[in-house]
Amino acid sequence: MINKKVANISEALKGVSDNMTFMFGGFGLSGIPENAIADLVKRNIKGLTCISNNAGVDDFGLGLLLHQKQIKKMVSSYVGENDEFERQMLSGELDVELIPQGTLAERCRAAQAGFPAIYTPAGYGTEVAEGKETREFDGKMYVLEHAFKADFAFVKAWKGDAAGNLIFKGTARNFNPVMCGAAKITVAEVEELVPVGELDPNQIHVPGIFVQRIFQGEMYEKRIEQLTVRQKA
Amino acid sequence: MLDKNGIAKRIAKEVQDGYYVNLGIGIPTLVANYVRDDIEVEFQSENGVLGMGPFPFEGEEDADIINAGKQTITTLPGASFFDSAMSFAMIRGQHVDLTILGAMEVSENGDIANWKIPGKMVKGMGGAMDLVASAENIIVAMMHTNRVGESKLLKKCSLPLTGVGCVKKIVTNIAVIEVTPKGFKLLERAPGVSVDDIKNATEGELIIEGDIPEMKL
Repeated sequence: MINKKVANISEALKGVSDNMTFMFGGFGLSGIPENAIADLVKRNIKGLTCISNNAGVDDFGLGLLLHQKQIKKMVSSYVGENDEFERQMLSGELDVELIPQGTLAERCRAAQAGFPAIYTPAGYGTEVAEGKETREFDGKMYVLEHAFKADFAFVKAWKGDAAGNLIFKGTARNFNPVMCGAAKITVAEVEELVPVGELDPNQIHVPGIFVQRIFQGEMYEKRIEQLTVRQKA
Repeated sequence: MLDKNGIAKRIAKEVQDGYYVNLGIGIPTLVANYVRDDIEVEFQSENGVLGMGPFPFEGEEDADIINAGKQTITTLPGASFFDSAMSFAMIRGQHVDLTILGAMEVSENGDIANWKIPGKMVKGMGGAMDLVASAENIIVAMMHTNRVGESKLLKKCSLPLTGVGCVKKIVTNIAVIEVTPKGFKLLERAPGVSVDDIKNATEGELIIEGDIPEMKL
């Protein structure tokens, strides 16, 4: 077994610095790497390019990095769920690249899987395709989208082991698996780090080969963005 | 004239047994409430769940189980979770049978604009561009006119596009319209609405052939 376990969060994030490009797993506030974000806030490194489906809310998720003006550029599919983001975007302090959600996923997966680029029908004929190469296949038009290049991918899983194997829960899986191995270094934080051998190999979502560092996170808040319930009859 | 629930009710009649369906935010979400209960349908949410159920009972919500609107949900027996790449493989790979989404504008050749108003805060397209670029069967749910009474069914969209030539059918508060190579073809009118009312509210080419029946809800 190749050991990926690191002693603590500061070892997990060793090597992060100004002007790097990071990937963050999560959809909304679900499945975000809360511990890694908290540590990046503490380190206060700046000029970051962040690839993440969303940009958090004012006081949670990537909103915490925005608050300290640590982010130079966001690459996302849906943003604006926080006021500070909107302010920085409108004032020109923050550069924002909006791309289709499926394209975001596939540009991660391409990086993970060794494809330099992929063709997708999403965005053809829209401003998203402006300046990009397009090509016809079987009578339908596609847009060439390049694999991301990132320094670190920060992902969050439900369970993991020291071999780096990961299992996710519910829709907190989202972008996390496709970001594993899509950056130079993948840092996985898990709610529960179990002894090696305990996870059933049949049930593993991401094999440890895609993960360089793993640690058990703490104090997960797992905030709900839109609480919707029904009443018992 | 229909309200939002009426539009959802009419669209629910388009949902067939064995369909996998993706519902957008807004009126489309309401469609789930009106699908016949003698057919089997599975709802997909692009953040990574197939077999979505109703909202959880109070106290049973789980931060790890949400839909694309970030709302807490439940799953039904037979449900599955998956990552974002697989989710959009279902969508782009045309495994999802029906996509229902809202729009700001639709043009008579089936272009759709629903993600951006220049000069206003842009929140992003989310999964909409992937959905409209790929789905074989796209129904738009929207009001026929905007807040100032201007038609949303146009010769050409004025807003930035989400997708080109993709909308097949439109259900509004006053009409059911099919998008054909020749333009908008009027199929049905809402209760109490005349063909002339629909004509007046439609900027794009409206094709009217024979008697136009009233919708059955």
